[in-house]
Amino acid sequence: MRTVIFILQKEFRQVFRDKLMLPIIFIVPVVQLLILSYTATFEIKNTRIVIVDLDHSQRSRELVFHFESSSFFKIVSRQQNYQLASEWLKNGDADQVIVIGADFEKAIEANQSAKILLVTDAINGSAASLMNAYAQQVIQGFNKNILTEKMPFTTNKGTLSAEPLFWYNPKLNYVTYMVPGILVLLVTIIGFFLSGMNIVKEKEMGTIEQINVTPIKKWQFITGKLLPFWLIALFELVFGLGIAKLVFDIPFLGSFPLLMGVAAVYLLVILAMGLLVSTLSDTMQQSMFISWFFLVIFILMSGLFTPIESMPAWAQWFNKINPIAYFITINRMIMLKGSDFFDFSELFYALSGYAVVMLLLAVNRYKKVKA
Amino acid sequence: MNTEMAISATAISKFYQDKKALDNLSFEIMKGSLFGFIGPDGAGKTSLFRILNSLLIPDEGKANILGFDTVKDYRQIRRIIGYMPGKFSLYQDLTVEENLKFFAGIFNSTISKNYHLIEDIYNHIEPFKNRKAGQLSGGMKQKLALSCALIHKPEVLILDEPTTGVDAVSRGEFWEMLQKLKSQNITILVSTPYMDEASLCDEVALMQEGKIMQRATPEKIIEAFEQTLWSVQSDNMFKLLSHLNDLPEIKLAYRSGDHICFIPEMLTFEEKKLLDHLEKIGHQSLHIRQIEPTIEDSFIFHMQSQN
Repeated sequence: MRTVIFILQKEFRQVFRDKLMLPIIFIVPVVQLLILSYTATFEIKNTRIVIVDLDHSQRSRELVFHFESSSFFKIVSRQQNYQLASEWLKNGDADQVIVIGADFEKAIEANQSAKILLVTDAINGSAASLMNAYAQQVIQGFNKNILTEKMPFTTNKGTLSAEPLFWYNPKLNYVTYMVPGILVLLVTIIGFFLSGMNIVKEKEMGTIEQINVTPIKKWQFITGKLLPFWLIALFELVFGLGIAKLVFDIPFLGSFPLLMGVAAVYLLVILAMGLLVSTLSDTMQQSMFISWFFLVIFILMSGLFTPIESMPAWAQWFNKINPIAYFITINRMIMLKGSDFFDFSELFYALSGYAVVMLLLAVNRYKKVKA
Repeated sequence: MNTEMAISATAISKFYQDKKALDNLSFEIMKGSLFGFIGPDGAGKTSLFRILNSLLIPDEGKANILGFDTVKDYRQIRRIIGYMPGKFSLYQDLTVEENLKFFAGIFNSTISKNYHLIEDIYNHIEPFKNRKAGQLSGGMKQKLALSCALIHKPEVLILDEPTTGVDAVSRGEFWEMLQKLKSQNITILVSTPYMDEASLCDEVALMQEGKIMQRATPEKIIEAFEQTLWSVQSDNMFKLLSHLNDLPEIKLAYRSGDHICFIPEMLTFEEKKLLDHLEKIGHQSLHIRQIEPTIEDSFIFHMQSQN
């Protein structure tokens, strides 16, 4: 035990003597949370539209007014014909073109269907379908007004109306959804890289050679290596949660100790993985590439940006070995739903098993002797 | 087993892919001796030391230190040896004192407990004890590394090229320290590429290409050098060397400091004839004399005659 304390003391000294370490611990989470939470959003605001009104009638102007008064749309230009308007799309100056047909008013007055052409820049598919849906809604609203106007006594009778209620995130606030995931990302990156760079740094500096000829036992060495980063990463999580609360006023419905408990187990998986990478590579460069390779895959598939449920079946299977996916799911459950342990006990047990396997692998792969 | 032996190795071989790094090495080293392994880079010195200190497993053969097998009893080995790798291997971002404390700590010891062992060495660097190890000069780094290797009072000290890249003054001091440590009854194994350091050991082994070519006390090695050695100088040393090498009556010629040493083919060598010949082909201000061979000359001759 005394030996472990000596290793711990040395590791902490080295970590905090590194001039970049404190900025990494305190600035990185702030910047990541602020930037990612505000920019990694799928909400569509200020869709730039170009109007081509070929009808120039009372009705067409009313429709344009509906678009003008919506906060989702911003009319950037009005053009005389479709050809001119499509130039705006091509140049990337507009997202959508709305063409109102020449006989728009006439058709409405004659109780026939009036034609509107909706052209959307669909390079970003999911954004395009959202913009399309918003535009449809505006047009529906306009349509409803006409019906009320023309048949004042028949509306709202016998029509179905669905009242949407959004649980756990009533305002559909994207930040509320993103922040718990980004917190996970934060502790993962800090933990993975700190541990992934550590042993390999000793290899590169040659210091491992001197350590290996001492009677230090494997478990003592690994404990001494893991514990500082484990504590730093846990602190990082608390720090990040504080920012989430102060800056974004993210709801925290569940139990804080429960979250920390899960994080403690999760970090064992991550740190052991980092250590494994560290023992397998000979240079920090190798370790860096291997770490990034796994982290990028784990992050992209973790359900941080896109729901796991809409991924193909193989990807959902893959996520069974993706620790980030586990913790993001659990973290969202605790923070946003207020879930208690029994709601995610299966996930937790899987994570614990994972931690044991990774730790055993890491200790096993660290070899003091070369054959 | 002979208790007088600190280290014994039997038929050790080590391969890296198809290259033989160590070739069937067997030797024994007396307790309390200062034993030197001399040889050029790539001779296998580091591989041998890493096998002895339990970091490397030999492909064939076995070795033991004070009766402990280097593979089976690696735990005991690591308690009784002090190892100083060729590359500086202390924590550069920790201070002198922190390094020493750390290495004392992981051996369950303290600095004060074995201070008498390192006192003479640590004295030199104590004024800088709050300086980071990475900021020390080469000579001071070696002293710190030696202190760290000694702080747990090892019985066998294994030093891999401790003086490589260290200035001449520090090298001299370093060898003085080793002599003092020897008097504390610590067996010391040291490797070096500098042949002049060989004469400072009790016994030396000349290594080349994974084999021990010769092993004896420095005096014996010089005695066994049954050649006459000559020294020659001229105004054009570069041409002189190639001219000498072209002559059939010269067995071996090599540069040594500001003169060229050569060993004639016959013991009865006529210096007059050589001088005339050299003058004829344009050499001026020639000086020639017979000199006493040193251990270096013996090694150079040995290595050349093996090729």
